[in-house]
Amino acid sequence: MSAAFLYALVGVGLFSLGLYALIVHAHLLRKILALNVMGNGVFLVLVALARRTGEARPDAVPHAMVITGIVVAVSATAFALTLMLKLSAATGRAELPDDRRE
Amino acid sequence: MILSDYLSAALLIAGAVFFLAGTLGLLRFPDVYTRLHALTKADNVGLGLMVVGLAVQAESWAAAGKLLLIWLLILLAGASVAHLVAGGALQRGILPWKR
Amino acid sequence: MEAVILLQWTFDTFLGLGLLWLAWRALACPDLFRAIVLFVAFGLLLAMAWVSLDAPDVALAEAAIGAGLTGALLLAALARLRSSETNVEVAGQPEKKGLKVRNPQWLPVVVLLPVAAGLGYVVLSLPPDAVGLSAQVAANLETGGVSNPVTAVLLNFRGYDTLLEMVVLLLALLGVWSLGGAALRREDAPGLVLDTLSRLLAPVLILVAGYLLWVGAHAPGGAFQAGSVLGAAGVLLLLAGWRLHAGLAALPLRLALVAGSGIFLAMAVFTLLMEGQLLKYPPAQAGILILVLETAATVSIGVTLAALFLGGRPPNKQDHR
Repeated sequence: MSAAFLYALVGVGLFSLGLYALIVHAHLLRKILALNVMGNGVFLVLVALARRTGEARPDAVPHAMVITGIVVAVSATAFALTLMLKLSAATGRAELPDDRRE
Repeated sequence: MILSDYLSAALLIAGAVFFLAGTLGLLRFPDVYTRLHALTKADNVGLGLMVVGLAVQAESWAAAGKLLLIWLLILLAGASVAHLVAGGALQRGILPWKR
Repeated sequence: MEAVILLQWTFDTFLGLGLLWLAWRALACPDLFRAIVLFVAFGLLLAMAWVSLDAPDVALAEAAIGAGLTGALLLAALARLRSSETNVEVAGQPEKKGLKVRNPQWLPVVVLLPVAAGLGYVVLSLPPDAVGLSAQVAANLETGGVSNPVTAVLLNFRGYDTLLEMVVLLLALLGVWSLGGAALRREDAPGLVLDTLSRLLAPVLILVAGYLLWVGAHAPGGAFQAGSVLGAAGVLLLLAGWRLHAGLAALPLRLALVAGSGIFLAMAVFTLLMEGQLLKYPPAQAGILILVLETAATVSIGVTLAALFLGGRPPNKQDHR
């Protein structure tokens, strides 16, 4: 196993952690954090797998995709945060309504 | 290894020791003011040592100058942010720790 | 060399474990402010992971956006959330109640463990050596106009990705703006230190953005990194209480926001007509065309990120009438 696979496995771990937190946490800010962690896990897998070139320069295409992804992630995060603030202003809580209580 | 390699290794290790001390202070000191004191002072010196250690290895004067600029910028930003954090803490009524 | 390899392995292992631990703490600790700070630290550690994986371009973007701007966005949102939450017992520890009810959730763990194990198995079953598309990138680099392969991929070989990405950025801002006007925040006097710092740093940050933009042609850097540094300058100025002059907030601001996607689209149509292929530049002019595109993209990315931080549409001229 090379360092690339070590980081790829860390990426898988981050994705799973984020997915778990996304499911169990009710607060929307926590869910947004969880989505960001999941995204970073995916980025880590992509860049780690681009490193499998041995001594040569790593593959530039996944790097470019990840840079694009980072910028898309921050804009989506900003939009999600604004939606959360609007929801909290309308309902007083930054949580989604719970089905079980209704 | 030549002499400059030993020199930068020594400087980098010394810088890392300062960083370690600063981080230890951040984790172990009792309140926000003492933590800021540990962090900003020790890390600024540690980073300075690291910058000098890397500048020894720099290929050109321009590269060494860029490293120096980075250090100066971090000194400026670090001092200002420490001031802002401490000011914010005082405003919230957090009293400095007394023995 | 054995010792060096061992050291590298130790470093990578600690970094990987540190990443997982910080992500776990950021997602599990009950205080949201602490969670965000931990997430910022996670972003900085991730930037080190990019360096360790020989991806300095990604590291620059991560340090500026993933750690810097996302953290600023999250903290600003938390501050607005706290000030809007009038319910006192909720405001202090907004999650404690929820955590107690939901903590023993074994069903997600039971479902997610096989998912994680399956993903890990898939990753490990991939061939250990794969060059991917790096051979094609290297072969076409001569006609690409720039010598940094990542910039060549972003602006030339897969320019349509970046075109669509600029549109996504614009759409996100339109979404934020459509949800209402700029929040009326109390305008504190910024204080001497913050004021002086922002005045000193804003020109330096603009200079750094220009440098990153220029150097991106042959070394790590480029439009995204430059744009995010520009965005950081905007955030700093906004924090110091600076607001865009009403005359500039109307048309000039909107022009700056659409410059990137607009010029990109124009270039796409132009190349489609001239070369018969979307975003296929004539090799002789590729360098200068990429620089033009990158400059427009940098301005748009920077202004969009700062506008996203402000949150909400700045008042238009019509609103004053």
